[in-house]
Amino acid sequence: MFLWFHKLGSARYFYNFADKVTPWIGTLAFVLIVVGLYTALVVAPPDYQQKDAYRIIFIHVPAAWMSMFIYVFMAICGAIGLIWRIKLAFIVCTSAAVIGASFTLVTLVTGSIWGKPMWGAWWAWDARLTSELILLFLYLGFIALQSAIPNRSAAQRASSILLIAGVVNIPIIHYSVLWWHTLHQDPSISKFGAPSIHASMLAPLLIMTVAFMLFFLTIVVIRSRALILETERSSKWVKDMQEKWV
Amino acid sequence: MSSPFMAILVRDLTLVGRNPGEHATTTIIFFVVVTTLFAFAGNADLSLLQIIGPTVIWVAALLAAMLSLEGLFKTDFGDGTLDQMLTSPCPLSMLVSAKVAAHWITTGLPLVIVCPFMGILMGLDFELILILTATLGLSTPVFSLIGAFGASLVVAHKKPGVLLSLLTLPLCVPILIYSASAVNAAAAGLPITGHLSLLAGFFVLSITILPFATAGAIRITAGS
Repeated sequence: MFLWFHKLGSARYFYNFADKVTPWIGTLAFVLIVVGLYTALVVAPPDYQQKDAYRIIFIHVPAAWMSMFIYVFMAICGAIGLIWRIKLAFIVCTSAAVIGASFTLVTLVTGSIWGKPMWGAWWAWDARLTSELILLFLYLGFIALQSAIPNRSAAQRASSILLIAGVVNIPIIHYSVLWWHTLHQDPSISKFGAPSIHASMLAPLLIMTVAFMLFFLTIVVIRSRALILETERSSKWVKDMQEKWV
Repeated sequence: MSSPFMAILVRDLTLVGRNPGEHATTTIIFFVVVTTLFAFAGNADLSLLQIIGPTVIWVAALLAAMLSLEGLFKTDFGDGTLDQMLTSPCPLSMLVSAKVAAHWITTGLPLVIVCPFMGILMGLDFELILILTATLGLSTPVFSLIGAFGASLVVAHKKPGVLLSLLTLPLCVPILIYSASAVNAAAAGLPITGHLSLLAGFFVLSITILPFATAGAIRITAGS
């Protein structure tokens, strides 16, 4: 088991392993998204109060979970890379950034589309919204810092430190915003705060979450493979592969 | 233990003292100009300024503190001083703290001193001005610490301005929120010791952690 992990840390082994795995998880992600969307949009009953408009949560909530999960995932990868000097961890970390930022953007956009008919406003300075917006800024800062430092290895290590600083800050930001409002006035809108969600609505939500997770894995693996080829382009195994294809 | 710290601190202060136009005075002028611009934009309506006054002073102070960060490690990186610090036997985090302290004395402290006068211009109550100044006094060191961390990440970058703001401003959000709520609570007549304790807590947290993160980042960015 440990040996397998150890092998997976090498770029070449990961590249070949990912090659075999990608079609499987990709197909599974696609099937689950189709099934999840079908159960979410057709099978699940309309909400008694929000009618069909609530169905956007089947995209919104999994995307929000993913946006936070990916940030923590990246920070863990960055820490692994910094501590054990594993290049692959940095590669995975870098390739996850854009996906995380996209999920954050999807969360914000679907949230405000839902907010307009429900709250009567596109935006409210609620704790969750504000923390999510700052999360987007943190993602953008990470991406900008990576492209700003020409030396790739230095860029990856420096931005990993930024990620770790951000991870410490995210809960602080979240609770500070929460505090800011509870002291000031109650924002009155935490519909999801109640855990009472019917099974017919919970099932598509969970299916969509698993589907998004697999989708994320697929894209991360594809992007990581591309990055591996780019960084290892002068190594022998990449050149051999190139010759075989040409 | 304290002598390398003092040496760097005195050196940085001397450098600023010899060339005060570089950032100490410009920070203050920027702060004052931005604050007065709001007064013009608000049609000099004193009742409006009394409401937005603390917010304006806060954001102007934050931006003014950001303005001077670019040069924090830049010249040292350019003339090789930073390399000397990297090879020196004393811990880099201590030298970094000295630089942060010098930065705060030359930019943060003047902001805290000017803040009451801007408060008077905005027509704020005396008590509110006092609290505003106290929150600024507690949070400008944190800005210097966070800002130094951001500046260390982009030390080798030619024009880091916008990138630096993108990196550091999101990290400053909690400080901004607690300071703003301290001022709001004071305006509503509520006790503010809790807010001030939290701000002090942030200060202690960042002064214990950030110098190490900054030193680590400098090792990576300046070493390559």
